[in-house]
Amino acid sequence: MLDLLSGFVAELRRSGLPVSLTEHLDAAEAVHHVPLEDREALKYALAATLVKSASHWRTFETAFEIYFATRTGLGAGDGTGGEAEGETEGDAGDGTTPGARGTGGGGGEALSAEELAAMLYRALAAGDDPMLPVVARHAVSRYAAMEPGRPVGGTYYLYRTLRNLDLDGVFDRLVADGRQSAPNRAQFTPLEDRLLRDEYRARIERLRQAIEQEIRRRLVEDRGAEALAKSVRKPLPEDLDVMHATRQELDNLHRALHPLSRKLAVRLTRKRRHGRQGRLDFRSTMRRSLSFGGVPVEPRFRHPRPAKPEIFVVADVSGSVASFARFTLHLVYAISSQFSKVRSFVFVDGIDEVTRFFEGVDDPSTAVHRINTEADVVWVDGHSDYGHAFSTFHARWSDQITARTSVLLLGDARNNYHASESWVLEDLRRKARHLYWLNPEPRDYWGSGDSIVDEYAVYCDAVVECRTLRQLEEFVGELA
Amino acid sequence: MSQVSTASDSKGPPDGGPGPGGGAEALGLPDVGPARFASVAEVRQGLADVKYLADEGIAGVVHLADRLGKPVLVEGPAGTGKTQLAKSVAELTGSRLIRLQCYEGLDESKALYEWNYRKQLLRIQAGNLAATSGDVPDEPGGGRPTWGELEEDIFSEEFLLPRPLLEAIRSEESVVLLIDEVDRVELETEALMLEILSEYQVSIPELGTVRATRLPLVFLTSNNTRELSEALKRRCLYLHVDYPDLDREREIVRTRVPGISEELADQVARIVRSLRTLELRKAPSVSETLDWARTLVVLGVESVDAAQARDTLHILLKYQTDIERAAKELLSAEA
Repeated sequence: MLDLLSGFVAELRRSGLPVSLTEHLDAAEAVHHVPLEDREALKYALAATLVKSASHWRTFETAFEIYFATRTGLGAGDGTGGEAEGETEGDAGDGTTPGARGTGGGGGEALSAEELAAMLYRALAAGDDPMLPVVARHAVSRYAAMEPGRPVGGTYYLYRTLRNLDLDGVFDRLVADGRQSAPNRAQFTPLEDRLLRDEYRARIERLRQAIEQEIRRRLVEDRGAEALAKSVRKPLPEDLDVMHATRQELDNLHRALHPLSRKLAVRLTRKRRHGRQGRLDFRSTMRRSLSFGGVPVEPRFRHPRPAKPEIFVVADVSGSVASFARFTLHLVYAISSQFSKVRSFVFVDGIDEVTRFFEGVDDPSTAVHRINTEADVVWVDGHSDYGHAFSTFHARWSDQITARTSVLLLGDARNNYHASESWVLEDLRRKARHLYWLNPEPRDYWGSGDSIVDEYAVYCDAVVECRTLRQLEEFVGELA
Repeated sequence: MSQVSTASDSKGPPDGGPGPGGGAEALGLPDVGPARFASVAEVRQGLADVKYLADEGIAGVVHLADRLGKPVLVEGPAGTGKTQLAKSVAELTGSRLIRLQCYEGLDESKALYEWNYRKQLLRIQAGNLAATSGDVPDEPGGGRPTWGELEEDIFSEEFLLPRPLLEAIRSEESVVLLIDEVDRVELETEALMLEILSEYQVSIPELGTVRATRLPLVFLTSNNTRELSEALKRRCLYLHVDYPDLDREREIVRTRVPGISEELADQVARIVRSLRTLELRKAPSVSETLDWARTLVVLGVESVDAAQARDTLHILLKYQTDIERAAKELLSAEA
C-alpha cells in the first residue's frame, strides 16, 4: 500500500501538484484510519491530505482513478471480499456481473445493439444510477474496439463509444417521452420543460462519466497505471498553454480566470493600502513639535498616494492569438480599479478602439464577447499586419500617450512578411512611461518564420513570454 | 488543567504531556486523545441528527481530523455551510464553540492574548501604596516589593487576557475552535496561527509555553479571496465544500425547512440546480435556497409555477442582471 501511495504521490507531483513530504506522511497516516475496501473513503482521505486547492481536484481525481481503480482490495488480504469489491473487480476478464446488481437488465455476454440501446434508455429514463456502470461496461465492450497495448489516453475510445450510442438522439427521445408522461400534459410550462431537460442532461453526463471511467479502468488493466498516467496527464489550468488549448480547456480556463482576477484585485488593493510609508511631512511635523517645545518628538508622514498608472492595451485579435488577447483584456479590466485609466485597442490588420465596450459593464466577459462581434479590425484581408495597425495607432492616438502611460502590446508578432514599421514603437517608447510586449509564443519560437518580435523588442522595456495564466497573472501583478 | 512551564527553564517543557500521550509526546506530536467518533458513518449519522447533512467527503474529513489531530481548512463558495459545519460538529460533540472572526488588521492582541495593562498598573500602584502606608498584612517583610517579585507577579496568569486562540488551548472542556474567513487576514498574521495549528501550543515570552491538554477540533474557513500560504495549508486537512447535488440539496431543504412538502422540496432543488448551470455572477447558495424554500412555505405555495418563481427570484439571486437572465432562460417560453 505504501508503495502504491508513493507512486501515486509521484504522479501527482509530475502533474504539477505541490505535494510536500509532510503531506505525504499525513496521507500515509490517514489511510490507516479509513477502511481500505471503501474506495470513496480512501479517495477523500487522500484528497484531504494531498490536495490543497480546489482547482487541482480534477487532476487528483484522474490520477486517483488510474492508480486505485482496479486495486481496491490490494492492501493486506484482511478478508475484504465485500460487495464493494465485487462490483469493480467482478468482470476483469469476461463479461458482466448483472446478477449482483439485482436489476432486470440484460444478463447475456454480449448484447445486441438494440438490446443495449433499450437498456441504456431504461436506465436513463428511470434515473437508475447503479445501472449506469453496467450499461457503460456493455457499451465499451461493444463499441470502443480497444486495441491492447496502444499508448493512447483513451479519448478516442470515448469518442467512438459515444458516437455509437447517439446520446443526443436518446436525449431528445427522453425529453419527448418525459413530456408525454407528465401528469398535466396540457399546460406544460417552459419552466417544467427546462427542468426536465436539465434532469436528463445530468443523467446523461453521469453516464458519460461512467463510460470514461470504464475505459480508463480497462486501459489500466491493459498497460498498467504508470504508463496510462503518462498519457492522460494534463497540465493544471493555470499552467495550460493558452494558445494551444482546446475548447474544453478554454472553458476551464475561463472558470479559473474569474477567481484569479478577484484574488489579484484583492492582493493589489492591500498592497497599495499597506505598502510603503509616505514621505516625511515637514510642515505637519514642525507644527506638532510646538507642543513639545519645538522638539520633533512625533514625526508626521504624508499619506502615500502612489500614482496609478494609465494603461493602453493594444492587442492582436487575429485567430492565432485571439484567446490570449481575450484573457489579457479580461484580467486587465478585472483589476481596472488599480489603474487611473484603461484604454484598449484591438487589431488584425486594421485597428479599433474598444474601450467603449467596457464602459458601464459589470462583467468584462460580456464586453470581450462584444469585441469579437462588433469591433472593426479588418482592413484588407484579415491577416495580421502589425506594421499597418501600429502606424494607424500612431496617427490616431499617439498624442494621447503621456509620460504616465504604460503601453502593453499583445501578440506573436507574426507579421505575414509585411513591413514592420518599427519606428512607431521607437516613438511610443519615447513618449510612454513603459512599453511592454507580451508574447504568447514560447521563447524558442521567437524570430522564427515570419515572427519579427526581435525587431520590435529593441524598443520595448521588456518582452515577456506569457503562455499561461500563471505567467500572465505575475506580469499584471507587477504592472499595477 | 493547562500546563504552564515557567519562562525560566529555557530548555523547553521538561514535564511530558498528560498521561497516555508519552510516545507521541516524544516525537513532538501532540497526543490525539480518545476518538470522538467511531467511524465515518457515525459522524455522518451524528451530523444528520443535528440537521447537518454531510456527504461522504465531509464526514470522512471530520473523522480524519479527529483521528489525526489536525485542523481542517474548509474552502468553497459562500453560503455552502462551511461555518455551519463547525457549529454542527460542536453541537454533535457537545463541545463549546470558540469563534475567531478574522478581518484585515487582526493582530496578536486580538487573536492570541493580551496583558491586562490596567490591572498591572493598578497592581504596581497598590504595591507602592501599601509600602508607603506601612501596614501590609499579607507581606510579612513589609516595605516595597522588589522589582523581581513585582515582575513575576504582574506577568502571571492573573493578568493575562486570553483571546480566542489561547482560550481554546487552555480550555478544560472539549472545544471546537472556528477560525472564520481566515483569508481575510494578512499573510503575516497568518503566521500567528501556525504554532497553534501544528503544535497546539502558545508561547508567551514572559510566561512560557501553554499547551493544550485536550486537543480542540479546529476548523478554518476561507472564501478563497486570496491564496493562503503553503505553510498554513500544509498543516491542515483540506476540505472543499461545493454546492450539493440534487438529492442532497433536496434532503437539506426537507430537514431545515419545517412544513415543506416533498413535492415542493423536490421542485425547489431542481430549479436551483438549473439556475446553477446558467452563467451567473453569483450562483444561488444553499442558504439562499433555504431562504427561498421558507418564503414559498410562508406564502403557502404548493407547487412553484413560473409567475411565482419570477416574483420570488430576488431571494435566490442578488444581481439584477442575474435575475433578468434567469427569468429569460428559465421562465419565458422556449429559450
